[in-house]
Order: sequence, then structure tokens, then C-alpha cells
Amino acid sequence: MSVTLDIRLKRANKVYREGELLAGVVVLVSKEAVQHQGISLSMEGLVNLQLSSKSVGVFEAFYNSVKPIQLISSNIEVAKAGKIPGGKTEIPFEFPLQTKGNKVLYETYHGVFVNIQYTLRCDVKRSLLAKDLSRTCEFMVHSQPQKAKVLPTPVDFSITPDTLQNIRERNLLPKFLIRGHLDATNCVISQPLTGEVVVENSQVPIKSIELQLVRVETCGCAEGYARDATEIQNIQIAEGDVCHSLSIPIYMVFPRLFTCPTLETTNFKVEFEVNIVIVLHDDHLITENFPLKLCRI
Amino acid sequence: MAAVQWHSRGRRYEAELQRCRLEATPVDFGDYHPLKPITVTDTKSRRGARKGSTSSSSSSSSSAAPDPLSSMLDGTDPLSMFAAASAGETLCVQDLGRKRREREEEAVGSDFEPWSAKRGEILARFTTTEKLSIGSQRELLNLSQQDYANRIEELNQSLKEAWASDQKVKALKIVIQCSKLLSDTSVIQFYPSKFVLITDILDTFGRLVYERIWTMCSDPRPLPESFSADDVNDTAKETCLNWFFKIASIRELIPRLYVEAAILKCNRFLNKSGIQETLPRLTAMIRGIGDPLVAAYARAYLCRVGMEVAPHLKDSLNRNFFDLLGTFRQIQGDSVQNQLVLQRVEIPEYLTLYSPAINWILQCIAYRAPEDYINCAEIWVEFTCRHFTKREVNTVLADIIKHMTPDRAFEDAYPQLQSVIRKILTYFHDFSVLFSMERFLPFLDMFQKDSVRVEVCRSIMEVFIKHQLEPTRDPVILNAMLHICKTMHDSVNALTLEDEKRSLALLINGFIRMVSFGRDFEQQLSFCVEARATFCNLEPVLVQLIHTVNQLAMETRRVMRGSHSRKTAAFVRACAAYSFITIPSLSSIFCRLSLYLLSGQVALANQCLSQADAFLKAAVSLLPEVPRSISVEGKLRPSEGFLLDFISNFLSTLLVVPDHPEHGVLYLVRGLLNMVQDYTWEDNGDAKLRVYINALPLLAAMSQEAYLYCIPRVDSNETLYGGDPKFLSEINKLCETLIGQVLDHLKALGRDESVRRQAALAFSLFGCLLAHGDLRNNKLNQLAVNLWNLSHKHGHCDTRASVRTLEFMKHQAQQPDMAHLSDTVQRLALQSRT
Repeated sequence: MSVTLDIRLKRANKVYREGELLAGVVVLVSKEAVQHQGISLSMEGLVNLQLSSKSVGVFEAFYNSVKPIQLISSNIEVAKAGKIPGGKTEIPFEFPLQTKGNKVLYETYHGVFVNIQYTLRCDVKRSLLAKDLSRTCEFMVHSQPQKAKVLPTPVDFSITPDTLQNIRERNLLPKFLIRGHLDATNCVISQPLTGEVVVENSQVPIKSIELQLVRVETCGCAEGYARDATEIQNIQIAEGDVCHSLSIPIYMVFPRLFTCPTLETTNFKVEFEVNIVIVLHDDHLITENFPLKLCRI
Repeated sequence: MAAVQWHSRGRRYEAELQRCRLEATPVDFGDYHPLKPITVTDTKSRRGARKGSTSSSSSSSSSAAPDPLSSMLDGTDPLSMFAAASAGETLCVQDLGRKRREREEEAVGSDFEPWSAKRGEILARFTTTEKLSIGSQRELLNLSQQDYANRIEELNQSLKEAWASDQKVKALKIVIQCSKLLSDTSVIQFYPSKFVLITDILDTFGRLVYERIWTMCSDPRPLPESFSADDVNDTAKETCLNWFFKIASIRELIPRLYVEAAILKCNRFLNKSGIQETLPRLTAMIRGIGDPLVAAYARAYLCRVGMEVAPHLKDSLNRNFFDLLGTFRQIQGDSVQNQLVLQRVEIPEYLTLYSPAINWILQCIAYRAPEDYINCAEIWVEFTCRHFTKREVNTVLADIIKHMTPDRAFEDAYPQLQSVIRKILTYFHDFSVLFSMERFLPFLDMFQKDSVRVEVCRSIMEVFIKHQLEPTRDPVILNAMLHICKTMHDSVNALTLEDEKRSLALLINGFIRMVSFGRDFEQQLSFCVEARATFCNLEPVLVQLIHTVNQLAMETRRVMRGSHSRKTAAFVRACAAYSFITIPSLSSIFCRLSLYLLSGQVALANQCLSQADAFLKAAVSLLPEVPRSISVEGKLRPSEGFLLDFISNFLSTLLVVPDHPEHGVLYLVRGLLNMVQDYTWEDNGDAKLRVYINALPLLAAMSQEAYLYCIPRVDSNETLYGGDPKFLSEINKLCETLIGQVLDHLKALGRDESVRRQAALAFSLFGCLLAHGDLRNNKLNQLAVNLWNLSHKHGHCDTRASVRTLEFMKHQAQQPDMAHLSDTVQRLALQSRT
């Protein structure tokens, strides 16, 4: 005898905003009738903070103080103890996405040291002989549209050996001139990062040009904080000895879940940066960093 | 009133002429004279100095003044504007047609050679015996070409299997792995074939994804072929979006590009403009590929998927081609050169590796591209005209014909084709060069819409008239121009407006005037014969031809110095015959009259007496047919004035026409006067009597011993009769009859109280008597005095004219044999105001 339990949200993309109604059905499929001790649904939104191993030693003092922050939580009983007939049973449900007090529903974000996640969990309690059934389902929250107008603040860049910092032997560097621009550093998260890069000249052939999207997560409290930058994704935009003086498009889609509007709270921060990485044929690595501010409209 | 006896005054024309002449003063070189040809020296620097503009220190003489009539037709007149407006309408219609075609073009037709037809050929052509490898795994080195193909096929199979077992991520991984192979250019000779094999897999993947999403939308019923994003449910959309997000995060450029291109068609599930926005983005993305061969094939693939889903999006196809050209210099770069050295591949062989890619891109661009083609060709032709010779222009024309003839593509491109002609005409003014371009006339054949064809011919003619300064006999020019003029002529039909006919005729005349066979007069005449047959519907052209033939006869006469040989005599008679049979086909009666007269004069000048006689007789016989009113510029006007002018002109010619031996004395004069008598003149008019009065000077001139003028080698009545008294008395009798008629009429006018007309007519007869009558004769003198008095009786005379007349008489009286006039003057009183 097998029973399957599923949660289906009304919205195919499972994206909701604060104040909206999270609606769907609990689906039970079974050949025969199922006896149960009650079906319940719980909805929860949590921020999980984790300290990186390198920070742990330094800030051990507050390690324990980093515990999940609950953003929203709600429980309902879908069905009292009883019997569910054989076949397919759909039980509709609704949760209003309302926070208590002055809490805000941050946007869903899957990071390394910061995770903002919203889940729905359905439990079917059964008699001692049968195993309880459980099903969880993540739904996404998008933060409220930013009210202020987004000023794109484009940026031009020009990279030569002389503009570089953090190099050991400047005179060993080959000559090059790479120019370009980003159309915006204040980015709308649903729109791609765009711009152009032009290799005006380069003594050594280019091997690759890449866009490295970086998350900068900061966890902390009154005692101190930990700040870690990690790569989200790396997108190659040029491969090989590209034509000089020809503009190459910069184009990167912000990945869903792994990016969110730049977030700054009292306990943690989530920020983003992009590195334009130029790899020369002699494996010289040239990186130009641009902090980004992401927002949702 | 008793008949008046006429006595002509004897005249010594030479002496009179000498007396009348003004003293001639030569005009100095720099002096202003209104009749000197205007020469412009430098209009800019001397704008203020009016005199300077006509002085001629250095001269660039403007010999040919622009024809005001043809300049009127420059396109600003309301009719052309009307025509231009209707051309605009046809453009709109074309736009509609274009839109319709765009719908049709959402899929390529059977006239597009599909990729499947190419792939076998590429696989057979680009082979290698080198060992190949897949991926970076060393163990996969040393594959033969066949092994390699098999391995790819295995990957293809495992893709399908993964898909079938719902391992979508695995499927995507396989596709990414395969696409990665396309960035590898080791064993470069094999690259085109590798491209074929791997893009097969990509095609499979694209199809699988598309079909999967498609089936997600099949509930409750399958999507229609022409579905829009609105017909797609949210789950399908979300799935589709997921694919795009996954692909967008593929690390490496080449797989990311290829895989997104492979599922390009899936954009249809998301929104209407997806494909349109994606194609340019992917096109630009290829710029990031450094290896030119890899980039070229990536472009070919993008064009391939683009053509499949949106063949109408030509911009990206073109962009790909131009980017390809723009990065072609990469081939000369070190990276490529080093690689070729390493792989021991020569440049010529390397370049052939590009041909399948370029061939494919061009095939996509050229697909149903006559419109784009002609827009380019229109520009290119100017470049060619400016920098190259007719040979290259001819090549361009041939190419345009080749492109625009299939499917009658030219029908949609008349404005551009016309612009091509205009540009050629801007640079080629030498028509022998122009028409020696073999493809020029075939090019004109593409203008198959009547109105456009005529417009084109017209523009050619306008340039011809403006720039062909020397007469020509070049058979190439003549044939071509005849063809063009015939086209214009043949466009004339019953509905053609008079203005249009006139302007066409003007252009054709411009051509006829430029045809000269030099001394080969017979050839010229036969040209006119041919032209008459060709242009028979345009009367102004026939008129021009008659003038041309008359001129030809006169030119013959000049060449022969007035003395025709038997051969030239026959030739000028043939010219006369040409005119004689052409004139009757004209509808305008005054045209016919003046041409009869003119041709008669020419025949006379060429000693063709019987022909001259026939012309003049024909003119006289035509007189009764002259209508009382004729249409002048669209308005009905009385014809009397024109008729009087013509008759006066005719009379002056009759002085030198010898009497026909078989007819009586003054046969033509009598004939004319008879016609004048019988003609139905305006009621209440004096035109007939004016003709009679005008005949008197002729008769007086005929009675002189030596005539005022004569035609060399033609004996006029002066010689024929030699002052025969019988002849003179005939003349006098005729004069008396005429004067009698006038006097009768004057009397009748008195009765009718038409004293003003009476006065004018009387004064006019008085003037005639004074000038041509011998007033020593008392009776004639008395008649003159009576006429003077009659004309002044009622105060309707122009006093200034009277005063001038008296002064003239006093002046005349001082001449020998004219003393009697001073007595006469005494008897003439000025206006009596009673």
C-alpha cells in the first residue's frame, strides 16, 4: 500500500510577495482508503547564518549567538483525524503572507553563509504501525518593488598595466589596453548585466575574458562580524585571441535564488560584485572589480 | 463711283533702301549692345557691376539657353505633383504587399536549399586521416575519423536516452560537452565536418526541448501551429524559462552560445519579441570568439537556426556577415598563423575551410533578398559610375538584371531601378559610351509598367538633349534613341493629355534635331521617312520632320551653290514630295497652311517650280476650310487675325512665283482673291477688304521693271513678261477691281453709320495709295485726298498717325519725282472737330 503526498502551489513559478495569498492544494494519491491522525500544514521563513571556518576561530565568542532568524511562521490543521478515500484527494489551502510586528519578508536567497528560505511543510500523522508522511516544498519570496527610481550609474573602465594594484613585478607585465563600460552598476535583478569590453591592444594574446559574479556576505552583531566573498558564477565572454578594437558584449543574467536585492540588516548583509577577469595567454590574470547594487522593481 | 484707274508708283528699291538705312556704327569689343550674345565672365565676384556681367573680357559663352518649355516640366507643375502623389500611393500598396509577404516569410519556402542538402557534401569534402580526440581525456586520443563520427553518434544516442529517462540535466551536460568540442581546432581540416556532426546533436537537443514544452501545452488541446505566448500555460513557460536560466549560467562561451542557439525557437513560448531580441545578442556574442574559423561556423549555425524560425530577420544575418568580414583580418594574426604552421596547413587550404560557412551565411542573406539587394545595388552603382569605366558599370547592370528578373522582382523595385538609371545618367553623358554598355537597353526592359517606362525614357531624353551638343550619326546612339523615343511615342493613346503629348513630342524633336548624317543627305531623308512611320501619332514630331526635310533641301542647295545636278534635283524633289504627303496628315489647319507656304518657298528656292505651284495651290485650296474660330491654348479665339497674317505672308511670296504656263496671267493671285471673296468672313468685319488693300502692294510690286526680290535661278514674272503692257494692264485692272470693292464697302459703311470702321479702312487705303500708287495721276491723287477727308470726317482718326503721315509726305516730297506730294499735303487737312 503506497500513499504519495504532494504540495502544489497555484503559481507555477512559486513566486510570492509579502501581503499576497499563498494558495495551493495538498494532494494525496492512494489506491485504497488511508486512515490518519490528522493532516497539518506549516509555513515558515528563516534566515540561516553560518560563519565561515576561517572566521570561527576569531569570533568564537559569538558563534553561538548566530541562530536562525524567523521571519514568518504559521500552522494550520488541514484535516482532523479520519479517513481519506482511495484515489486522488486534493485539499486546498491558503496562507496570507503577513508578517507580525515590524518584520520584513526578505527575498529568497541561497548563499553560502546566508540563506533566506521559505518552506511549506505538510505532515500526515498516522497510527503507530504506519509511518508518518511528510512533504516539504520551498516557495520563493520576492521583496517589494523598490519605490525610488533606479539610477543606472554606468561606469567606464580602462585597464592598462599602470592602473593595476596588487602586482609584484609591474615591469614584467606585457603591455595592453582594455577599455569598456558597464551600462549600470545599479542593476535591476530581473535584467541582465550589460556593457562592452574592447581589447584595444595587447602584447600577449588574450586567452579568455570572464565575468565573475561574487557575493559578499557579512554576518555579525555587536561583538564583531565576518565578511566573506565567494564566487556565484563565472561566465566567459571571450575565448581566445579576440579581434582587437572590436567591442565584445558584456552580458550576464543574474541567477535566480543565488542573487537577491542587495540586503543590509542589523545582523547580516548580502552584497554583490562583479569582476571582469582577463586571462592572458601567459596566464597573467587581470581583474577589475565593480561593486553592484541589485534591486527589484 | 466711276472706276478708278490704277497707276503703280515706279520704285527704285536699291536707292530707297540706301536712303532709309541708318548710318552703321561698329560696336566695340567691350561695348554693351542688347543683341550681342550674353557672356558671363564671373558672376560671383562682380555681382554688383551690371555692366561687367555682360562684358566679355574672358568668355564662357552660354550658347544654349535652356528651353523654357522643357524646364517647365521639371516636376514642379501640378500634373507631375499629382503623378508623384499617385506614386506615393503605389508605394503604400507595395508596403501592404510587403507585410503580406512578411507573414509568408515566417518559414522558409521550398526555394531555400535546406541544411540537410549541404551536410553530406561537407562531410565528404572535409576529411582527415589524422587522429582525433574527444574532450581532454587522453585516453580518447587516436580516434580515426570514422571512430570519431561513431563516438559523436553514440553521444547523440545517449542524449536521446537521457532525455527519454527524464534525465534533463544529463542531457544538457552531454550537449554542453559536445558544443565544447567546437572550440577545439586541432586537426583543423576536419573542423567543417566536426561542425556538421556536432550541430546534428544540437539540433536534436533543440527539437527535444521544443517538443517537450510543446506537449506541456497540449492540454486540453494541442497548440495551433501559429500559437502565441498567450496560448502557453504558466507551467510550460516556467519550464522554458528554466532552460534559459540554466543555459545562461553555462560557464564557457562557445557551449553557452551554441546551446542557447539550439533552443532559439523556444523563445516563442515566452514572448513575441524573444527571437528578435536574442538573435542580435547572440550575433554580438560571437565577437568574443577569438578563432576566426570557430567564429565563422558559429555564425553559420546562428544563421541556420535563425533562418528556421525567423527568415525575415535579415538584420542579424547581415550583421553576421559584416562581422565576419570585419574580423577576417584575424586570419593574418599570429594565433592563426602559428596554429597553421603547427598543423602544417597552407593558407589556401585553410581558407577553403571557411567556404561551407560563408556559403551558408550568404545563402541565408540572399534568400528572397531582391529588395535588400536592390537597395545595395542602387548605392553601389554610383560608386562604380564614379570610379570605374563603362565595363564595370555594365557588369553591375548585368548583375542587377540577373537578380531582379526572377519572379519579376523588378516590379517592386521601380524607384530603386529608376535611381540606378539616374545615377548612371549623372556620370555618363557620352551617349555612345552609354549605349555601348550591352546591358543598358536590357536593363530598360525591366521597366514594364507603362508610366514608369515612359518616365525613365523621358529622363534619358532630357539628359540627351542637355548634353548631346554635337549632331550625331552613330548607329548605336540612333538605334537606342529610336528605341527609347518609340517607347515614349507608343505610350500615347486616346487618353493621353495634350500637355503630355506636347512634352513627349518636344523630347523626341530634341532627338531628331541632333541626328545628322552630314553630307549623306539621302540617309538623312530615309531617317526622316523611318521617323515619320515611327512617330506618326505625335503631330509636333511630324512638323519637326517636315522642317528637317525642308532644311535638308536648303542644305543641299547650299552645298550645290544653288545649281542642282540631275541627282540633287531629284533629291530635292523627293524632299518636296515628302513634305507634300506629310502635311495633309496634320490636323491643325494653320500648321498645314504655313508648312505648305514654307515648303512651297523651299521648293521654289530649289527650282522645283511645279512642286512649289502644287504647295501654293494646296494652300489656296485649303483656305475655305479655315474655321472662323480656332482653339488657342485651350480657348476658342477668332481665326481672322491669323488668317490675315497668313495671307499677307502668302502674298509676299507670290511676287516671285512665276505664272504657270498652262494657266492664265496671275493665276495664283486671282485664285487667292477668289477664295478670299468666297470665304465666310466674320459679319460686321472688314477683313476681306483688308486683304484686298494688302493685295495692292503686291500688284504694285509686280508691275515694277525690276522686282524687289527674286530667287536665284528662278525666272519670276518680271522676266517672263518683261514689263509686257498686257501684263501691266491686267495688274491695273485687278487693282481697279479691288479698289472698287473697297470703295463700295466704304459707302456701305457710311450707310450703316459704322463711321469708325469707315475711317480706319479709308485711312488704310489712303496709306496704300500713298505708298504704292502714282499720285501724279490726278484721279488717283483726288481719290487719295477724298479718302483722307473721309477718314477724318467724323473725328475717329488717330491724330498722331495723321501728323506722322503728313510729315512723311513732306519728307517724301523732297525726293526726286515726288515733288507733287507737297501740293497734295496742302490739300490734306487735319482732323476737323465738328
